[in-house]
Amino acid sequence: MDRALPQPTPETQHFWDGCKAGELRLQRCTACKESYFPPRPFCPGCGCRSVEIYTASGKAILYSYVINHRPRPDMGTEPHSIAVVELAEGPRMMTNIVGCPQTPEALQLDMPLLVTFESFGAITLPFFTPAGA
Amino acid sequence: MKPGSIAVVGAAETTRMGKIPDVSVIGLHADAALNAMADCGLTAKDIDGVATAGESPVAIAHYLGITPTWADGTAVGGCSFMLHVRHAAAAINEGLCKTVLITHGESGRSRVGSGGFGRQPSSLMGQFELPFGVTSPPTMFTLPVMRYLKTRGYTEEDLAMVAVIQREWAAKNPRASFKDPITVDDVLNSPMIAWPFRMLMCCLVTDGGGALILTSAERAKDFPQKPVYILGTGESVETPMVSQMEDFASSKAFRVSGKKAFDEAGITHSDVDHLMIYDAFAHLPLYGLEDLGFCKPGEAAAFIRERNTAPGGRLPLNTNGGGLSYMHSGMYGMYALQESVRQMRGIAPAQIPGAKVAVSHGVGGMFAASGTIIFGNER
Ligand SMILES: [Zn+2]
Repeated sequence: MDRALPQPTPETQHFWDGCKAGELRLQRCTACKESYFPPRPFCPGCGCRSVEIYTASGKAILYSYVINHRPRPDMGTEPHSIAVVELAEGPRMMTNIVGCPQTPEALQLDMPLLVTFESFGAITLPFFTPAGA
Repeated sequence: MKPGSIAVVGAAETTRMGKIPDVSVIGLHADAALNAMADCGLTAKDIDGVATAGESPVAIAHYLGITPTWADGTAVGGCSFMLHVRHAAAAINEGLCKTVLITHGESGRSRVGSGGFGRQPSSLMGQFELPFGVTSPPTMFTLPVMRYLKTRGYTEEDLAMVAVIQREWAAKNPRASFKDPITVDDVLNSPMIAWPFRMLMCCLVTDGGGALILTSAERAKDFPQKPVYILGTGESVETPMVSQMEDFASSKAFRVSGKKAFDEAGITHSDVDHLMIYDAFAHLPLYGLEDLGFCKPGEAAAFIRERNTAPGGRLPLNTNGGGLSYMHSGMYGMYALQESVRQMRGIAPAQIPGAKVAVSHGVGGMFAASGTIIFGNER
C-alpha cells in the first residue's frame, strides 16, 4: 500500500521543494525574527507579512512521541515511532525517528537528533535520526 | 451570560447504549431527542432552536419536524455540545428562540449510516502529520504525554490509576460497558496500543446518543423535572494539529474555557461538588484537574492516587465511569453533560448526596477545542 503523502499548497511548496533538495526550510519574520512552523505567508506571532525562507540547521531534540503498535497499512507491520521534535531554531514538528530501535529504551526524551530525508516518488519526507548514530 | 438565567429542563440518552447495530446515526439523534422531549413533556412543535454536531442541524430539524428560528452547527469535536449549551443560553437570553434542543448520536462501533474521518492530503494535518503514520486519536491525542510525564514527574502507574478509579465509579452504574474491578497491573498488562498507552488507558468505542432541552429559568418551573440551572459557561480553541500545541503539559483551550466559566459563575473551586472531565484517554483527567485549577501543576496524579476523586472522595470525578468505562461513541461531551444533569437532579446511579454545583468540562479534537459548563440546582 502506498504511503499517505502530502499534497503541497502554494503556501507550503517551498518546504517540500526543500526536502527534495535535502534542506529543511523554515520561515521567519523579518520584523520580530521569530521562526515558525508549519509554513504560512505571515508571522503567527505579530501578523507581519514580511517573512523569509531559510535553511534550518537540521538539529533537533526528541520532544515527545508514541510507539504505534497498530501501524497503518501503509506504514508496514512493525511498531514505529511517531514523534514531535523541537528544532534548534525553536519550532516543533511531527516526524518519525529512524535509524534506531523503535523502543522506549532507544527513544529518550531530549536526545539530540539530526534531520534525514527519504524520497517517496514525487515527495520527500523529513525524518530524524539520533545524532552521531 | 447571567448566571442562573437559563435551565436544562429535558435530558436523556438513547434508549439503549453500547452496541446498537440496528439504528443509524440520525436515528440515534432522534431517539435521544424524543426521550428528552418526553422527559420534559414537550413535542417537536414546542422546540424553536436546534443545535447539533456530527449531523447537520438542518437534517435534525427536518427529521424531527422542527421549524427553528435559531440553528447552531458548531462542530469542534467531542465538546461541541458544551459550546451548544453556551450558544443556546446566549440565544435564548437574546430572544432568538425560546426552547432549544441539542442532540448527539453516533454509531461509533457499528458504523451504521455514518461517515468516516475525512482529511485532505493538502490540509495542514494532511501535509505535516498524516505522512508520519498517525491513525486516529490513540496515536494523536497521546502524543504530548511522554513530555507531560517528564515535565510533571508522573509515571505510567499514574496514568493507570486514572482508569482504575474510574472503573470503581463504573461499577455503580448499571448502564456502564465495563464494571469489573481492575488494578494498576491489569492496566499496564493490557495490550499495548501506542506506547505508553495500553488498551485500558484508552476509551471505549460504542454506539449511543443524548439530548438536552434548554429554556429560560422563568419558564423552567413549569416543567415536570427539577430544573438544572446554568451558572457559568466557557469555550476556547487552540490548534487543529496536536504537534503544534503551545505547551505539551497544559491545554491552553482548557485553561481559557475553564477560567471563563468559573469567572462567569462567580464560584470558587471549593464550591464544586461534582466534576466531569472528558476522558477519551487516561491523561485527560490529569490535564483537566491542573488546567481547571483544582490541582497545582504536578499535583494531579497524587490527588487521584490519594482517592480524592474516587467514591467517598471530596471531589467525585467522572462518576458515570467516564469514556474509559461507561461509554464513548466518538463525541463523548454529551454524556459528560448528561451525568452532570443527573447529579444536579439527584437521580444519578452513583448520586453524590447534597451536590449543588457540577462542572462539566469537554475537549474537542486532540486538545483542539474545549467547552466548560457549570451547572447548579439552585439559582
Ligand atoms: Zn513577527
